[in-house]
Amino acid sequence: MEKGFLKSLLNSFYDLLPIVVVIGFFQLVVLQQPIPNLLEILTGSFFVLIGLTLFVQGLEMGLFPLGESLAFAFARKGSLTWLLLFAFALGFGTTVAEPALIAVAQEAANVAAEGQVIEGTEQARNDYAFGLRLTVALSVGFAIVIGVLRIVRGWPLQYLIIGGYLGVIVMTLFAPPEIIGIAYDSGGVTTSTITVPLVTALGVGLASSIRGRNPMVDGFGLIAFASLTPMIFVMAYGMIG
Amino acid sequence: MVQNLLQTFWATIADVLPIALIIVGFQSLVIRRPIANMSRVGFGFLYVLVGLAFFLLGLEMALFPIGKLMAQQLAAPEFIMGVEHASAAGKSPDWIQYHWVYVFALAIGFSTTIAEPALLAVALKAHQESGGVIGVWGLRIAVAIGVALGIALGAYRIITGTPLHWYIIAGYVIVIFQTLYAPRMIIPLAYDSGGVTTSTVTVPIVAALGLGLASNVPGRNPVFDGFGLIAFASLFPIITVMAYAQVSAWWAKYQ
Repeated sequence: MEKGFLKSLLNSFYDLLPIVVVIGFFQLVVLQQPIPNLLEILTGSFFVLIGLTLFVQGLEMGLFPLGESLAFAFARKGSLTWLLLFAFALGFGTTVAEPALIAVAQEAANVAAEGQVIEGTEQARNDYAFGLRLTVALSVGFAIVIGVLRIVRGWPLQYLIIGGYLGVIVMTLFAPPEIIGIAYDSGGVTTSTITVPLVTALGVGLASSIRGRNPMVDGFGLIAFASLTPMIFVMAYGMIG
Repeated sequence: MVQNLLQTFWATIADVLPIALIIVGFQSLVIRRPIANMSRVGFGFLYVLVGLAFFLLGLEMALFPIGKLMAQQLAAPEFIMGVEHASAAGKSPDWIQYHWVYVFALAIGFSTTIAEPALLAVALKAHQESGGVIGVWGLRIAVAIGVALGIALGAYRIITGTPLHWYIIAGYVIVIFQTLYAPRMIIPLAYDSGGVTTSTVTVPIVAALGLGLASNVPGRNPVFDGFGLIAFASLFPIITVMAYAQVSAWWAKYQ
C-alpha cells in the first residue's frame, strides 16, 4: 500500500467523526438513553474505518485508472458504435442488480397494490417490481448513452438537463399521484458506490482524450443524466402499468 | 460475525459482477489490448471490494440499527408531546413541535454525506481535474449542506402533508436561474453532485426517517407519504454547489 496507510486511516477517521458526534448527541442528550451494545458498535465502527480506507486506496489504484484506460482505448479505436454499446451495457448492467433499486422496486409494488393499481397477489407484485427494475435499468443505460454522446459531440449539458426537468414536470402532470414520490426518489438511488467513480473516470477520460473538450466542462455530467432519466421512465411505467 | 462478513462479501461481489463481466467482455472482444498496469488495477479492484464489504458490514453493525431506531423514536408521538399528552385522543401536534426532527434531519443529512464514499471519489476527481481550484472538503461541505437542507425540508413536507411535486418544481426553477449566472466550469459538477450524494450511508437512515414520520404523524399513510426525502437530498446539493462556486467567484473579485 502506498501514500502512508496511517495517513489515509486518519483521513477516514475525520470523514466518519461527524456521524459519531451526531448519533452520540441525540442518543445521550436528546433521547437520554444509554448506548446499547457498545462493543458491537465499536467493532462495527472499526470495520467502517478500515473499509473506507481500503476503498479510497483501491479507488486511486484500480477504479480511476480502469475508467480512464477504457476511455482512452475507445477513443483510440475511434468507433462510436462500440463506445455507445459499451455505455449502454455499463448503465444497464450496473443498475439492474443494484440492491437499493431492488428494495425501492419492492416498495413501489406495495404502493401499487395498496392503491389497487395491480392485484394484491405475490405474483402480481413481483412482476410489477421486476418490470420497474428493468425500466429503471433501461433508463440508466439510455442516460449513459446520451451523456457519452454529449461528451463526444460537445453539446452543452445545461440545455439537455433543463430539457429533462421540463420532461419531469410534464410527466408529473399526467402520472398517477401515487407513483410520483417513488419516481422522484428512484433518480437518487440508481447510482451505486462502484458505478459513480467508474463512470466519472470514463467521462473525464473521454473528455481529455478528445481534442477541444475540457475535462471539467465536458467530462462531468454522466451521473446527472443517470439520476434524471429514471424519474421520467418510472412515471411513464406508472402510466402504462 | 465471520459468517456475516462472508455474506456481505458475497453480496458485494454479486453487486460488482455485472460491471466486471461487461468490462472484461469489452476489453477482450472489442478493445483487444491489455490494460496498462494490470496487476495494480487488479489489486485496486480487490481493495475496493474488500473495503466496501467491511464498510457495509460495519454500518450494519454500528450505525443502521441505532440510526433507524433513533429516527423512529424522534418521530413518535410520545417524544413529540410527552407521554401523558400522547394518549389524549384527538390532539395532533403542531408542525413546530417536531423541532428535534428538523435538527436531526439537518445533522444526519450533513454527517452521512461527509462519510459517503461515492461523493469522496467525485470530489477527489474534481480536485485533480480542476488543477486544485475545487477543494475536496469545500465541495463535500457544499454538498453536505445541500443534503442537510433538503432532508430537513423533506421532513417538514411529510409533517405538513403538502404535495411533493410543488417543492421539486420550485427547486428546478431555482436551479435553472442559478445555471444562467453560475461559473460555467461548475455546472456539470453541480448537476452530478445531486446523484452521487445519496447512496450507501444516507439512504437507509433517511428512508427510516421518512417511514417513521409517515407512520407516526396523524393523517399520513406510510405507504404513500414516506417517499420523497431522497428526491430532496438529490436536488438541493445542485443548488448549494452552484451557490458555493458563485460565492467563491464573488469573494475572489471582492478581494
